[in-house]
Amino acid sequence: MDWRYFWLGRLSLEWLPFWDAVRHPNVDTIVNDVIATFAASLVIIGAVVVAGLITWFGRWRQLWSEWLTSVDHKKIGVMYIVLAFVMMARAIVEAALMRTQQSFGLYGGFLSAHHFGQLFTTHGTIMIFFMGMPFLTGVINYVMPLQIGARDVSFPVMNSVSLGLTAAGAALVMISLVIGKFSTGGWSGYPPYTETAFNGGVGPDYWIWAVTLSSLGSMMTGVNFAVTVYKKRAPGMHFMRLPLFTWTALCTAILMIFAMPPLTVATLLLALDRYLGFHFFTNDGGGNMMNYANLFWMFGHPEVYILILPSFGVYSEVFSTFSGKTLYGYVSLVLATMAIAVLSFTVWVHHFFTMGQSPDINAAFGVATMLIGVPTGVKVYNWLWTMFRGRVRFTAPIVYGLGFMMLFVIGGMSGVMLANPTIDYQVHNTLFLVAHFHNVLIPGLLTGMLAAYHFWFPKAFGFRLNEKWGLIAAFCWIVGFMLAFFPLYALGLLGFPRRTLAYTDPQFLPYMLIAGAGACVVLAAFASLVIQLRVSIRDRGLNRVPVGDPWDGRSLEWSVSAPPPEYNFAFLPRVTSRDAFAVAKDNGTAYRRPEKFEDIEMPKNSALGFILCVSGFLIAFGLVWRMWWLVVLAGIAAFGAIVVRGFVRDATRIIPASEVEETYINWLREVAAAQPATRGEEFEPTNEGLAAHPFVEAPQ
Amino acid sequence: MSAVLAASRQGGRHPGINLGPAHRDADESAEELLFGFWVFLMSDAIVFGCLFATYVIMLPSTAGGPGPRDIFEIRSAFIETMALLFSSFTYGMASLSLKYGPSAGPLVAWTLVTAILGGTFLRFEVMDFLSAFEKGAGPDSSGFASAYFALVPLHGLHVTFGIVWMIALLVQLWVYGVDKDVKLGFLRLGLFWHFLDIVWVAIFSIVYLGGLA
Repeated sequence: MDWRYFWLGRLSLEWLPFWDAVRHPNVDTIVNDVIATFAASLVIIGAVVVAGLITWFGRWRQLWSEWLTSVDHKKIGVMYIVLAFVMMARAIVEAALMRTQQSFGLYGGFLSAHHFGQLFTTHGTIMIFFMGMPFLTGVINYVMPLQIGARDVSFPVMNSVSLGLTAAGAALVMISLVIGKFSTGGWSGYPPYTETAFNGGVGPDYWIWAVTLSSLGSMMTGVNFAVTVYKKRAPGMHFMRLPLFTWTALCTAILMIFAMPPLTVATLLLALDRYLGFHFFTNDGGGNMMNYANLFWMFGHPEVYILILPSFGVYSEVFSTFSGKTLYGYVSLVLATMAIAVLSFTVWVHHFFTMGQSPDINAAFGVATMLIGVPTGVKVYNWLWTMFRGRVRFTAPIVYGLGFMMLFVIGGMSGVMLANPTIDYQVHNTLFLVAHFHNVLIPGLLTGMLAAYHFWFPKAFGFRLNEKWGLIAAFCWIVGFMLAFFPLYALGLLGFPRRTLAYTDPQFLPYMLIAGAGACVVLAAFASLVIQLRVSIRDRGLNRVPVGDPWDGRSLEWSVSAPPPEYNFAFLPRVTSRDAFAVAKDNGTAYRRPEKFEDIEMPKNSALGFILCVSGFLIAFGLVWRMWWLVVLAGIAAFGAIVVRGFVRDATRIIPASEVEETYINWLREVAAAQPATRGEEFEPTNEGLAAHPFVEAPQ
Repeated sequence: MSAVLAASRQGGRHPGINLGPAHRDADESAEELLFGFWVFLMSDAIVFGCLFATYVIMLPSTAGGPGPRDIFEIRSAFIETMALLFSSFTYGMASLSLKYGPSAGPLVAWTLVTAILGGTFLRFEVMDFLSAFEKGAGPDSSGFASAYFALVPLHGLHVTFGIVWMIALLVQLWVYGVDKDVKLGFLRLGLFWHFLDIVWVAIFSIVYLGGLA
């Protein structure tokens, strides 16, 4: 028996990122391995520094009891968003590296094809599964229960398990920098290229298990959110009174429930092919790789709307709040959101128009695709009319929103072009496509989430973010995006294929240089966000908003203190209309004291999410490297933890009415002591989160 | 119709078997939990849907190897079907014992009978798989065999998990008696078990009858 293989599987020193340069030193391997080793050391140094700081400040116990085992939807939301920012940092640096390579790519450049392949694969995988999904899941987690007047999501422990699985997938992508190579098959991992016959290494395995963990987590998240919206709304919070962000959260949850399973099936069937010699997508043995394309995009297209709908919700709240007006055309926005959610399941074939279906099928899917433009257009008009005759404050979220509206319409237009199969045949697999989906996803996902981050940060932490750096970041994102991606439209029309390392035609060069400059501006945008956070924390004493309503908000999340108590609402609000909190402020019923307080039952902390995070990661790691003993042990741990959880009886604790009352009365004292802030002093230290009664002249 | 609905909702708001006034505490927390489990089953149904579609597409892809006629034994599939359908009936009896039973005895007995029938199903299914291997139709032999070995064993895994769940619930019952969590566990397991029955009906019709047609 080969004991080394038994314990370590395929793992060996050769998989360290500098091995090639040590064995075969030449300019090529040295340049690539220095970059890879630098990235790997950043992962290790980052982990060591974080662990060191926690030890230095003696915060391990606090980390464990207040964060890792917490089932509070607000803390889970914050942890999702922290994860998203960490992963975003890596994926943006990778994007900049790819742009740099292509700027030098005339006759070569400095990266090897394999390195470049890993870069575009990890960039896409991270941005979709470990930046976009965690960010929107985090924002929904934080905001949605507060908006519907609930004390938590329906299944708080499952919520922490979802976070654990997503984090395990993210950790797998990060560890792949240190040991082994990631897949070079793109974020969609198409076989047969990702089959053993062409890719025997660990790369596709890393990709398969990272994505599988994330898809399981997202499926559970979808169940959790949908049930929460259906069952946990406060009295009087009818469906047609839900804030629009909650509507988009509901649609996103429904899409997750139905769209995640095809992805899980696709990745697991690919895993069966790779691990047990099945013939689903192989070239031989009756395999059919078209089946993978169908399964993957049956997930992949609804996924696009999972990513974009929450941002639509955020912008709806932002435009309405910062224009001081109720949302224009609420019902049509709800219908448009639902229409998009339904239509998103009918268009998946447009991702592979060129892969051999009959023209009739292509035409049908092309028409369905164009149809999605209609409800989306409805939304854009709604937002415009929301701002119309409002007193618009040009804060960072609304700057993101304005940039979004302009850029998203352009991206949508190029999408309608691509929906036409005859045009798609010309530009498919070129940079035109890359330009298109970045043009919808950056304004439609990323800046939407950043707007949400600015908008709700004071609610979560009790102080506002620095506005100056927020505006700088917003302008850098918008300008950087335009510089980095508009040239790609031209390059695509000139026939430049996507995922290409180098080129020999000098006419591509000027566009590549502009795009490279754009990448630098995007890097500056991310740096501005980091500086903003640093400055905001430093100046937090001047930006406190303990009363909790810094923007003269309209929905229930603004009606509680910032940060809110663990149980969110000292007493459940009674809702009588849309814009519940705005109406309460108008009627003078905000900040009232209830006749009596009641005990509140809240879920106890649970380590299940953390245990499944660690064991999920170990199972996946063992599967990647074929360390079967690890797979079995971690599998037993995960299974045992789930069974044991079934035996837990004492899962809730009571917060006594007296404690609730004391916290609430103390907060009411702060409310009484605060000076009402007008909208003109939104960013002054005098804005303690109590809004002066709004503009009488704006139509309400 | 509305009278039927009203009657079925009497004493409880959750979708599923009503526990009635004697189980007020379980009744109130049941709605969210059971609804959530229904939603999860919808998601799981999509997993099976994808695999059924894959099977139908791959049915002709035998790559010169054994096809459905060479490996399927309708007799064994029929026994499996009977075992599983009958286990759904016995689980129904367990659910009724949960609601009306004066003691936990009948509930335990019917659950054990269900678990034994589930085990019988698995025993015949494993024999099917072994005989397919013997006939050279392992999952690596062709696209058709791959699709068969992804769909049917996945259902078998679900059944295995259901049996483990039964055992876990019986141990919980032994430790805690028929408390709220045990009741809610049996309710959800019921949904799960009947769902697996429905999936099996589709497997028998599409995989076996469809394959042999």
